Amino acid sequence: MSALRIQQGSTSHSAYDLRDYHAEVIEKHTLAVLVDNEAGVLARVIGLFSGRGYNIESLTVAEVNHQSHLSRITVVTTGTRDVIEQIKAQVGRIVPVHEVHDLTVEGPSIERELALFKVEGTGNNRIEALRLAEIFRANVVDSTLESFVFEMTGTSEKIDAFAELMRPLGLVETARTGVAALARGSHI
Amino acid sequence: MTRQMTGAKMVVQALKDQGVDTVFGYPGGAVLPVYDEIFQQNDIKHVLVRHEQAAIHAAEGYARSTGKPGVALVTSGPGATNAVTGLTDALLDSIPLVVFSGQVPTFMIGTDGFQEADTIGITRPCTKHNWLVKDTDKLSETIHQAFHVATSGRPGPVLIDLPKDVQFADGEYTPPAKAKVSHYQPRVKASIEEITDLVALIEKAERPVFYTGGGVINSGPGASQLLRELVDATGFPITSTLMGLGAYPASGKGWLGMLGMHGLYEANMAMHGCDLMINIGARFDDRITGRIQDFSPNSTKVHVDIDPSSINKIIRVDLPVIGDVGHVLEDVLKVWKSRGRKVADTSAWWEQIEEWRKVRCLTYKPSETVIKPQYALERLEALTKGMDRYVTTEVGQHQMWAAQFLNFEDPNRWMTSGGLGTMGYGFPASIGVQLAHPESLVINVAGEASWLMNMQEMGTAMQYRAPVKQFILNNERLGMVRQWQQLLHGERYSSSWSESLPDFVKLAEAFGAKGIQCSDPKDLDDAIMEMINYDGPVIFDCLVEKHENCFPMIPSGKAHNEMLLGDASVEGAIKSDGAVLV
Ligand SMILES: Cc1ncc(C[n+]2csc(CCOP(=O)(O)OP(=O)(O)O)c2C)c(N)n1
Ligand SMILES: [Mg+2]
Repeated sequence: MSALRIQQGSTSHSAYDLRDYHAEVIEKHTLAVLVDNEAGVLARVIGLFSGRGYNIESLTVAEVNHQSHLSRITVVTTGTRDVIEQIKAQVGRIVPVHEVHDLTVEGPSIERELALFKVEGTGNNRIEALRLAEIFRANVVDSTLESFVFEMTGTSEKIDAFAELMRPLGLVETARTGVAALARGSHI
Repeated sequence: MTRQMTGAKMVVQALKDQGVDTVFGYPGGAVLPVYDEIFQQNDIKHVLVRHEQAAIHAAEGYARSTGKPGVALVTSGPGATNAVTGLTDALLDSIPLVVFSGQVPTFMIGTDGFQEADTIGITRPCTKHNWLVKDTDKLSETIHQAFHVATSGRPGPVLIDLPKDVQFADGEYTPPAKAKVSHYQPRVKASIEEITDLVALIEKAERPVFYTGGGVINSGPGASQLLRELVDATGFPITSTLMGLGAYPASGKGWLGMLGMHGLYEANMAMHGCDLMINIGARFDDRITGRIQDFSPNSTKVHVDIDPSSINKIIRVDLPVIGDVGHVLEDVLKVWKSRGRKVADTSAWWEQIEEWRKVRCLTYKPSETVIKPQYALERLEALTKGMDRYVTTEVGQHQMWAAQFLNFEDPNRWMTSGGLGTMGYGFPASIGVQLAHPESLVINVAGEASWLMNMQEMGTAMQYRAPVKQFILNNERLGMVRQWQQLLHGERYSSSWSESLPDFVKLAEAFGAKGIQCSDPKDLDDAIMEMINYDGPVIFDCLVEKHENCFPMIPSGKAHNEMLLGDASVEGAIKSDGAVLV
């Protein structure tokens, strides 16, 4: 079957791929979507997800090429393999969408998130928070006598882990950017 | 060659440059500048409908019967919201439309101005794409792009929202040839590997079936021609969805009839029992598949579609072929011929099909005293056969009977609301068809309830002398609803009566049209001839049996081989296993 020759994750082809079919296994995929930076384009993508009942775990968007008015939307989604393929095909046919890349299957990629944590505390808790921040390479970007704001970049898992440790030490507020991701290597 | 002109003038200029001759619309404050420009020219005809929903359906009828995009123009706020049903209808049936809506001036957007609605937000999920134009300099390019998007790839409706100040302002007009090339260029040619794999499957199949849909018709008359060639050369049987009727002629030797929930027994059984299913331009809709788990369990499935998102959406297929139907068929024929036109022996398969045909699944109990709806359509078919005829329908039992009992020899002759199932579609659509084909016979096969949903369009039909024939199968029931209540809800007929119906003859006369009522089977032929021969719109009130059910029927959630056969089975016409009858 020619399906064998369809590149994995390719959007110019179909939603078809030949990997084993496990209908029930829920997978997490990171998609990079290049879109025209025009009014409403984010609403189109999000509207598609809500309208068709797909999940969004994380979403980031910003213009990445000013000359050609291109924005990059990075969306982390979950679903069965069929649903993921369907999501890619559905996103791919939105008119202002240029490319859809499934970074999870297209080869190694790196994912980073930035987070800010406000931790309140005094005494030992405060010292312990600072010590852990050092281990996690989080920076102090604001401090008062009773609080720190830590800034940290890393994978979502690393940020989750840090947040978990800060909770008993006085974590009062968190802001996260959501995932930004790129394929590794020199190719685009 | 660029020229300065107002945005309103640009709209008209761009429509001319796109070859548009007819616009269906309804004016209002926010589109007055465009109406002013329309007034001052004669190339584009504006058809004033009586409700914006009808403008969209009329444009759909125009589009589907001509293959050209339909164009509509509505005002802001209520004009735009009235258009939503039509847009959704066109989206689900992949009908190319370009719709213009007025909008409050840019500086008032977001202030809850008079007749302001978030038209872009409201229509985003029911258009293929939409644009709010804020700068007159960009307007003409946007319009050209809109035509490109509506008509390329999988066709669909698009909308351009036009703030009033943009219509008044001057800007530079860009003709189509100078417009930027869009990055939106869906692939139309399938890969040679896909084509060759499909040919290899064709060569080996012993129990093949073609399952075709609206995509063949959308691909243009050439695609239908190629389909006929391929079907006839291979000798394979072919069935079609509601949307695809006419792509292959009903008189063709491979024709099995329509498939699906109210499709023919032989068509559904062939789908169930085939070893090779070749889906061309259809989308495995739930009215077609029945219970997914039991859908055609032993076949290799091929899916030819221009929209990659249709592949594996509902049914996993073995061979996806992404491309335009016309291109794919052309390549398949070429490769198949070059490899020696091989096919396996399908005679045993055809024998099996003949057995299924003997069930005569469309059998109904005839009557001498009341007009059976099936009989009415049989007579309509017999009396209009061979005529230059277009048929639209409303939604309900009459629609399914029309699909079963009328025969279509050519594409673009059958317009019905398939995906959305929009009651009220047929009448305005028939006007759109008639205005595109003034000399042809255009019949809307209607149910009384559906027809009332857009009956105001009698005014439009009269004003534009569109001699559309409204053939109403009046069962004084929301028949399809009543049927489901009878079969699935313990015969509790909750609100499925058509109470307080108008006198349709007087109604026709009130608009200056002709009304005919017929209740006796013996009078039917003469009455139908009177309708056909009348030069003007006719409302034909055909009083039919009130409790007739539409069979065959695959109840929702059942498999293809679990069809209800109705009278055909009651009559004992079916000799084989009763299991199929449920
Ligand atoms: C706008 C809209 N509302 C409701 C329905 C649900 N519906 C489907 S068929 C039907 C009854 C149609 O009655 P009629 O037009 O008289 O046709 P019949 O089935 O009697 O032939 C209804 C209410 C629909 N399809 N469209
Ligand atoms: Mg009725």
